[in-house]
Amino acid sequence: MRQFKVFKSLVVDSLDTITKGSVKYHLWMGFLTLIILIGMYCYSIQLEEGLSVTGMNDRVSWGLYISNFTFLVGVAAAAVMLVMPTYILKDIDFKQAVLIGEGLAVAALIMCIAFVIADMGGPAVLWHMIPGIGVFNFPKSMLAWDVIVLNGYLFINITIPFYILFRHYQGKEAKKSVYLPGAVLSVFWAVAIHLVTAFLYQGLQARPFWNNALLGPRFLASAFAAGPALIILVLAIIKHFTAFKVEERTIKKIAMIVTVAAQINLIMLISELFKEFYAPTHHSESAYYLFFGLHGKTALLPWIWTAISLNVIATAMLTFNRLRNNPKVLYFCCAMLFVAIWIEKGFGLIVPGFIPGPYGKIVEYLPTSIEVGVTIGIWALGAFIFTILAKTAIGIELGELRYKSKEDTL
Amino acid sequence: MSENKKWYSLDLGLKRKKASSGGCGCGKSEGDCNSPKEELSAEEFYEAAINASIGDERHRDGFEQVFDVKMDRRSAFKKLTASLLIGAGAVSTSCSLTSSGDAKEKAQIDWEEQFKGNYKLMSDEEKKKTVDRLMRSYELRTGKNISMTAENAEEDVLFGYAFNISKCQGYMDCVTACVEENNQDRNSEMQYIRIHEMKDGEGFKFDKADDNYYHEVPVEGHFYMGTQCFHCDNPPCVDVCPVQATWKEEDGLVVVDYDWCIGCRYCMAACPYDGRRFNWSKPEVPENEVNKNQHYLGNRMRKKGVMEKCTFCVQRSRKGKNPACVEACPTGARIFGNLLDPNSTIRWVLENKKVFRLKEDLGTEPKFWYFMD
Repeated sequence: MRQFKVFKSLVVDSLDTITKGSVKYHLWMGFLTLIILIGMYCYSIQLEEGLSVTGMNDRVSWGLYISNFTFLVGVAAAAVMLVMPTYILKDIDFKQAVLIGEGLAVAALIMCIAFVIADMGGPAVLWHMIPGIGVFNFPKSMLAWDVIVLNGYLFINITIPFYILFRHYQGKEAKKSVYLPGAVLSVFWAVAIHLVTAFLYQGLQARPFWNNALLGPRFLASAFAAGPALIILVLAIIKHFTAFKVEERTIKKIAMIVTVAAQINLIMLISELFKEFYAPTHHSESAYYLFFGLHGKTALLPWIWTAISLNVIATAMLTFNRLRNNPKVLYFCCAMLFVAIWIEKGFGLIVPGFIPGPYGKIVEYLPTSIEVGVTIGIWALGAFIFTILAKTAIGIELGELRYKSKEDTL
Repeated sequence: MSENKKWYSLDLGLKRKKASSGGCGCGKSEGDCNSPKEELSAEEFYEAAINASIGDERHRDGFEQVFDVKMDRRSAFKKLTASLLIGAGAVSTSCSLTSSGDAKEKAQIDWEEQFKGNYKLMSDEEKKKTVDRLMRSYELRTGKNISMTAENAEEDVLFGYAFNISKCQGYMDCVTACVEENNQDRNSEMQYIRIHEMKDGEGFKFDKADDNYYHEVPVEGHFYMGTQCFHCDNPPCVDVCPVQATWKEEDGLVVVDYDWCIGCRYCMAACPYDGRRFNWSKPEVPENEVNKNQHYLGNRMRKKGVMEKCTFCVQRSRKGKNPACVEACPTGARIFGNLLDPNSTIRWVLENKKVFRLKEDLGTEPKFWYFMD
């Protein structure tokens, strides 16, 4: 009974917190709401007309939505890079950062689910996918696996921070015996969500560009670069706007993770390029199309070369301790890496998988404005959710939000 | 659509506009098609609810489900309210004194169709029920009858197909026949069959072939080759479907339950043969061109946002007939039959010709062979 009371009070207090703030905060939330509304409007058009309002077609049947989904799974998985050192390796450094990381994972997962739903032809019959009510093609379909791991990971990432914050809210320490098993599980689970998502593509013999053993590991490497890079940027923003303390050491450690992951990612890129171009086969055509264009079709060239340049420059800069330790350079590099990997996972991975088609036909893909509108709307939704989560968490961690029992107030 | 034209061209939705401005595109003057429209003007919220669920369907395919409502932005609020109350509406139907019997029945059918199960797992009785519902629903909406069956696969039948590359001249009669037989969307010019025009002396260069030609055939120095769904014995598309909306039947046909498909297009990514098609927008077939001999798994009307594909014309082949493409081919390049029948033509071809299949290295085991004279 008492727990419910505390919970009710927490909800009331957090509603209070998220609706109050500086002018800048209100402007930010208002801006996000506007974008979300635009996205919803675009989605309503898509619902009405069908997916024909997107740039996708029978030849390139997945586009911007699935690209963003793939990328965001990586961002969500990256929370593990903070969870592991904090809860399992008992490196106290990350303690403040880990709640932010998990909040980011929750927001990223909700965006993932939103992108998948946006991509569905029949969102009204999504209940066919719910185990028990619908028919689930488990374990054969990798998409069925993905549904399970994504929702499981979402559950873990909501419950652990919630438990910790709930305890802190009452001014108590969180019990290790309660959250540690969940934290350990989440570490394996995070690897699983990204590997399973990679297997989704990797398992298709019809698409030689995806059907390669390096895809899964490369997903992990790029995710562990892009995700923590985003966390660094977010921590920097939080540090700037709130009283929440993030130690220099913490950011430095995360920067180290980003650097190593980015380096591994580059090595894998070189290995892939070597395989495709040293002895090119019929199966290298997608790679040719992506990097050099095929039969005069070159739509992806600007994207991929931008991504590679950003990737190489950022990784090279991060490799030098002196540059990495300079916050301004670090933030700049993280932003570059984030953009580079976003391109790499989207226009550099999903789209060329379909080009050329099964019989060698090249139909290029360009997202329509409605598709872009929905995409930006979902990103805004993610930012909105994250802001709410972070504001509450910070409030509790700073001690501004505390449960006041009747005895105390008397 | 002119009769002489070899292929369909976009009609820019003229038919659709005509339909929404009062008529229903079926060219019938009996008033049956119009009557739901008149009911719309009635004040009762119940009618609005019915309209929200089936309003757009009455002149075309009757398969849109309750939640897949086409929203007119101008009357969005009205319809939204009605949609929200549709559950209540369905309940009130049974006690409503004002609504007509037809409207009641429509609501009932829509409700049951929305929440029915996967066809693959249905008993024969359930299959019959849904087919009856769909036929009745079409009748209620258009005033016309269709005949739909749910015949199961026969025993000792395994369908196979052979394509004679020497004979095909690229006339594309098969493509036209296929579209007409299978009620494919005319607006997007969806075609299951692709005919690839290749240059003599270069072998099978699919990437250099033209699969979208509009000139006179046969062109000097070229040969032609058709592809479609190969009905693989080990179909990758079936494994990847997260909801088992597509599967291989006992007689080897790879089919889709259009009402169970969620439209994720994973099967499309998994197919190495370009065999699957997606309804990117609402499929439309002019009422007078609808093929009314339908099978649940075959050429019945599809809806927006679902996959579809060649079924070797399940509505014909399970009745012992050849698929439309085989029948339409003027050159005899297409051969279809039962692989388990030792006296069938297809068996003769497989035993006496040097046959091959496409992309055999992928292990998909297509039941579609090519050969030359």
